[in-house]
Amino acid sequence: MADIKQLAGPQSRRKFLAVGGGSTVLAAFLAACGSDSDSSSTGTTAMSSGGDKSETAEFGKGDIGILNYALTLEYLETAFYADVVKSGLFKGADLETIRKFGQEEAEHVQALTQAVKSLGGKPAPEPKAEFPLKNAKSVLELAGTVENLGAAAYLGQAANIESPEVLASALAIHSVEGRHAAALNTLLGETITPDGAFAKPADVKTVLKSVEPFIVG
Amino acid sequence: MSDRVTTNEQFATPELAAVRIEEDSGDLSRSDVLLKGALAAGAVYGALAVGPFVRKALAMTGSSDVDILNFALTLEYLESKFYEEAKSRAKASGELKSLVNLLASDEKQHVEALTATIKQLGGKPVAEPKFDFPYSGTGGFLKLAQTFEDTGVSAYNGAAPMIKSKEVLAAAGGIVQVEARHAAAIRLQNSEEPAPAAFDTPLDEKQVLKAVEPFLA
Repeated sequence: MADIKQLAGPQSRRKFLAVGGGSTVLAAFLAACGSDSDSSSTGTTAMSSGGDKSETAEFGKGDIGILNYALTLEYLETAFYADVVKSGLFKGADLETIRKFGQEEAEHVQALTQAVKSLGGKPAPEPKAEFPLKNAKSVLELAGTVENLGAAAYLGQAANIESPEVLASALAIHSVEGRHAAALNTLLGETITPDGAFAKPADVKTVLKSVEPFIVG
Repeated sequence: MSDRVTTNEQFATPELAAVRIEEDSGDLSRSDVLLKGALAAGAVYGALAVGPFVRKALAMTGSSDVDILNFALTLEYLESKFYEEAKSRAKASGELKSLVNLLASDEKQHVEALTATIKQLGGKPVAEPKFDFPYSGTGGFLKLAQTFEDTGVSAYNGAAPMIKSKEVLAAAGGIVQVEARHAAAIRLQNSEEPAPAAFDTPLDEKQVLKAVEPFLA
């Protein structure tokens, strides 16, 4: 499992830059963030602009593809928390937190399924998943990684969403993923803002590669 | 949610009603007025009502990206000032002291980034108004901090779908996720659920919109 900092590192930063096509606006933002300058050459192609095939094309066209991509991730998060609850590794307040987060992910699954249908699309199927659940600490670490990645995945798609309504819904979920991530980071004794004052996005390729080890069959 | 406003407790979030925003010259900017309205809506209907209020207010006034960024800047001025002051006023120690310092630093960076971006877009950053925060002690600070962070998340989520530029939207997304992380961390300090609901939107957005209409008159 890759480090979350790597996930949201130079690669997505480069892509972030590419979105604006030399935008001075973004340059200003980045300069004001005191961002680390990097010259990594691992950049990927720019996000959908113009007629290019979108990053989430394999999940469907336009907003449907983005929603189905999000739905796939939410399915994984829901399955993960359900397995963790069943594992018996947690008790008391920690178990309640995990149960609550799992319920919220399940609500995200429902909302995204509805949203795909309302756009006339076919909801993505639930992937079969298996997670390594060795001990409480490693599970919390995995949860933290998954939530930080999930938040970055939503952030990576926000600007690609066409419908203001879909965008509003995605943002309402995105900030909840951010809350989950910060809560888990707190439990782990890690900083709540691993990217600093400005959260970084993750692109589809990076996200899918990170969750691939957990998908079976 | 109607219970909250019909019981003898008139305000859902009374601490927001007591926050003062003033301009030196007595001449309030449009952003100051919008922030006042947002806080008033939040005071009566809860922090999550701020998003729908902001979105509707921005839609009604046909706001440009610079207008939206100036509103965000005013909100960040408030948060930045609040935490800067809290360094000496909140009587925080240990873990909370570190958290206050982190939040003060993040909000200051948001102010700087928004100011730079507004200038890059050819706009004029609004001046910082005077704020007066009614609280005493660590408990009072934490309560107001939680409300401000939840308000900030809701405000950004409400404003973001109105943003026209994809780069500005992506950047605003990077800020709102950090606000959500702050909200979760402050909530944990208050022994409250870091992510109380699956969506950072009010349960009945239509009801809220109807309810906040008087503030938009």
